Amino acid sequence: MRHDGLSLLDWGCVVIELKQAAYGYGGGALLEGMDLQLTQGSFYFLTGPSGAGKTTLLRLCYADLLPTGGSVEIFGKKSTDMTRDGVAAARQRMGVVHQDCEFLDHLPLEENIALPLTVAGRGMAAGNGDLAELMGWVGLTARKNALPPELSGGERQRAALARAVITDPDVIIADEPTGNIDWEMSQRLLQLLVELNRMGKTILVATHDLSLIRAAKSQISARVLRIAGGQLQSAGSEL
Amino acid sequence: MVGQIFDILKGDSQADRVVPKRGHSVRLTLFTSGAMAFLAVFALAMSLAAGRLADRWSDALARSSTIRISAPAGEMEAQTWAVLEVLEQTPGVESARAMTDAEQRDLLEPWFGPDLPLEDLPIPRLVEVIETAAGYDGEGLRQRLAAEAPGAILDDHTRWRRPLVRAAGRLRALGFVSIGLILASTAAMITLAAGAALAANVKVIRVLRLVGARDTYIARAFVRRFSIRALTGAAVGTAFGTIAIAALPRAQEEGAFLTGLGFSGFEWAMPLVIPILAAVTAFWATRAAALRTLRRLQ
Repeated sequence: MRHDGLSLLDWGCVVIELKQAAYGYGGGALLEGMDLQLTQGSFYFLTGPSGAGKTTLLRLCYADLLPTGGSVEIFGKKSTDMTRDGVAAARQRMGVVHQDCEFLDHLPLEENIALPLTVAGRGMAAGNGDLAELMGWVGLTARKNALPPELSGGERQRAALARAVITDPDVIIADEPTGNIDWEMSQRLLQLLVELNRMGKTILVATHDLSLIRAAKSQISARVLRIAGGQLQSAGSEL
Repeated sequence: MVGQIFDILKGDSQADRVVPKRGHSVRLTLFTSGAMAFLAVFALAMSLAAGRLADRWSDALARSSTIRISAPAGEMEAQTWAVLEVLEQTPGVESARAMTDAEQRDLLEPWFGPDLPLEDLPIPRLVEVIETAAGYDGEGLRQRLAAEAPGAILDDHTRWRRPLVRAAGRLRALGFVSIGLILASTAAMITLAAGAALAANVKVIRVLRLVGARDTYIARAFVRRFSIRALTGAAVGTAFGTIAIAALPRAQEEGAFLTGLGFSGFEWAMPLVIPILAAVTAFWATRAAALRTLRRLQ
């Protein structure tokens, strides 16, 4: 993890933009008319009831899904126009924490966390110092040789977050990152996200955890978006 | 392509580990490559043996011919001398000689036994003719023989030599076609095995994509693994095949075709090509299968 606070993007420029984005399947619309601009260095929380489409919206943001209407622009390029290599290149500039925290079950935790480095051709050695520091920060140093199936739910989420930030990405997208961890650890993870945001990273977190949002808002200027009935609303003032 | 193969052999120890090693496709690829290489060694040996046979028949018979003289006993010697005289004057004939009774008896012995009373039977006299490299005019010689020795018939072996040489040539081609089919079958089997391996690793692919892996990176991990398995399996199959060929019983020069199956001289090095061909086939088959599957998997 780089700690120089430098970014490839100018502070305040748009990194992800949804323009009247819609997504639906089977004839029905789950999301419609979504307008959203995620600017560099901003911090967003996404809330809403289960099944409202939070995960779908996040997946649109990292081109795991393509909009069925409108457009989603990632680093200035429409996701529908991106080649497969283009999507891969965009993902290398993002850190994604999935709700189900999938890992390569045959690799030890340390190698799983370093996977984005390996995939980017930088190799584990390139991030060795950062890797050890990061593993210590998320409290997984003692578990570095454990295989993912041996980890608890909380350990998996911490590991997923560590994997998402190992390459010092421009954008971090996290889906319920504190869902399976205790209060103390969720605060530590929040601190990591806050620190990354102060370094200029764009953070988008989908969560049900209102205490997490309040804790974040006491430290930084975070916007809260609420998704309900397929629409996106600003919910900052309610919290 | 050479660069790609070099990269594959060199490998990337960390990138290699992203795909789990377990799975039945490992054993399937090793076994298929080994079995196919074993068969390919035999196809190659058959092809080369057929080629040698065709060359031998071609060379041995191309420059020799026979004149058969069928005449009453009283005229036999005169016609034989007439034939030899004609041959002596014929351009393109290097040498000619009448076969002795003993030689003719030896030729007939396999069919009639050792006590053949040659002098009591109306056996034609045979004259062996050896051509120069340029050869003679067969039609012209036939006409001269008809005039000088009416009982002499020229047999230049072409009538039966051509079908034999053609058959041997086709056998050789059949051997190479077999090698082609074996490679195609190997490619098909490896394509299936690679497809199965990719299908069994959908989660691995999903995780790799999540962290920004390009399709070529994911494909390379599978391609390297399958190419090395194919190379290993084929090397073992080739070794066993070559040992089996070497262990075949040998016969004398005039032995039957089957006992002549094998390699000679530098041909013993030719099976070394089989594992390389297997690896190259596996490389392309796996790459095509992987990229096709990755395009399909969202």
